Amino acid sequence: MAVHKVLGIETEFGILHRNEGDSNPVAASSMIINSYVNGYLERRVGWDFEDEHPGVDARGFNEFDALAPEIETHLVNAVLTNGARYYVDHAHPELATPECTDAFQCTIYDRAAEEILIRSMDKANQLLPDGEELVIHKNNSDGKGNSYGCHENYLVDRNVPFGRIVLQIMPFFISRQIYCGAGKVGSEAAGLTHDEVPFQITQRADFFEEEVGLETTLKRPIINTRDEPHADSKRYRRLHVIVGDANMSELQTYLKLGTTAIVLAMIDDDMAPSDCAFEAPVRALRDVSYDIDLEGSYRLANGTTATALEVQWVYYAAAEQWADRHGFDVVGGEQVGTDLMKRWASVLTALEDNPDSLADSIDWIAKRRLYEGFRARHDIEWSDPRMAALDLQYHDLRPDKGLARRIGLVRISNDAEVEAAISQPPPTTRAFFRGRCLEKYPDQIVAANWDSMVFDVGSDPLRRVPMLEPLRGTAAHVASLLDECDDAGELLRRLGT
Amino acid sequence: MAEREQKRRPTPRTEEPEVVEAGPNETGQELKAELDDLLDEIDEVLETNAEEFVKNYVQKGGQ
Repeated sequence: MAVHKVLGIETEFGILHRNEGDSNPVAASSMIINSYVNGYLERRVGWDFEDEHPGVDARGFNEFDALAPEIETHLVNAVLTNGARYYVDHAHPELATPECTDAFQCTIYDRAAEEILIRSMDKANQLLPDGEELVIHKNNSDGKGNSYGCHENYLVDRNVPFGRIVLQIMPFFISRQIYCGAGKVGSEAAGLTHDEVPFQITQRADFFEEEVGLETTLKRPIINTRDEPHADSKRYRRLHVIVGDANMSELQTYLKLGTTAIVLAMIDDDMAPSDCAFEAPVRALRDVSYDIDLEGSYRLANGTTATALEVQWVYYAAAEQWADRHGFDVVGGEQVGTDLMKRWASVLTALEDNPDSLADSIDWIAKRRLYEGFRARHDIEWSDPRMAALDLQYHDLRPDKGLARRIGLVRISNDAEVEAAISQPPPTTRAFFRGRCLEKYPDQIVAANWDSMVFDVGSDPLRRVPMLEPLRGTAAHVASLLDECDDAGELLRRLGT
Repeated sequence: MAEREQKRRPTPRTEEPEVVEAGPNETGQELKAELDDLLDEIDEVLETNAEEFVKNYVQKGGQ
């Protein structure tokens, strides 16, 4: 039986300090986060780095030339009452959602992350001199060869051989681009011109050079092997997925998280397709992204050929069989599971029959419609700077400037759900314990991270509460206990730590 | 993947998937009018100095 697909999404946002001569992105990112923390939170609680091991490799070894990401402990790092982590990563503001139990819930937290960035930008800009402005984009590329990630995380069973995960998830990642892509004008891959790739399906495909590996900043691999479960490492892995785009479309975020969770559950249960491996995965990843007519056929390792749509239908059919046998419990239950399957089939059908009908729900198709219209109206080429400007502005989070919001894309969440998710944790994971403790005992918490919290309850030494099981510490477990305890000392006594 | 037939679209087991249309009663004309309105709006909000904006947009140090 598959382990529950606890999941989360972390987004590095693009940041621009306008009309400031020597713009420093680290300082600008710090200002964004500090503005939010000082403006909205009672007290800052910092991140605890005790359990961070980003250099551990899932394959059980470290390639001697593999560069593990460094942890930058000196940068701004905060934990929010909704259970999220909000921090400066390298030179970007980054927000990691709290752990969620299904794709619908996580889509709400992803939208809440956008709202948090919008409020941060608003607060920060009130502090800047007239004429200066911080601008945040939810995108993955500056159009000049620099990329920044939107990473997904999924809990998987430690007993599943990592080689099986690699074999069975790779074709899914390559083919899911057709409904996960955020779209991009031009290409940033070496040697490709605007004439060859005027517009492509994804922001990220240009930047992937390896099939499997540990890096995240150069020679990026389709399958990232970082083995840092942030949970009981004997029972779990956390699959760290770096190959996706940040989507403005909620439907895409929902489908991306939901279909990937289903496929990973199928892999746990050994019911995923194993005969779809692409002969040349890195090449196929890019070629699928460049093929906006969805006509390309790709050689598979078994000697046959298939289109990206055909590979997706194979996964869809296998998912139906898996669900018939196992149900949807591990991806959040019957309601969200059947809804995901229905929308998955609906989007694949539309991509096959009438892709333009998805102009209100799939970023790259929405962009294509808009950009073709803009080009025709102004009689300009794809290489015109206005096209690049348009492509940045689609992702602009300023409410009066952002084009994605103006299009009126199909929503998955509603405003009330998003407003609640800005400050309240999901009730169904350990994020509930983290978030509610931060809200209730901010002065008694020294630090927090994904799998523990450190309390200072006065005379005793600091007390660390481990949270190695992502599905414990939920509202069902601790809500009434937290309601009854007026201070953290009492809470720890009653928890028996 | 050996048989071509296997790659055909399977019948969704719940109900016929509803293709997400832009709107139930919209004709091509209406869609075009809607796009024109959107493009009018974009002309208003697009960065005035697009070239400068794009040139200054540099994002180093990402994952």
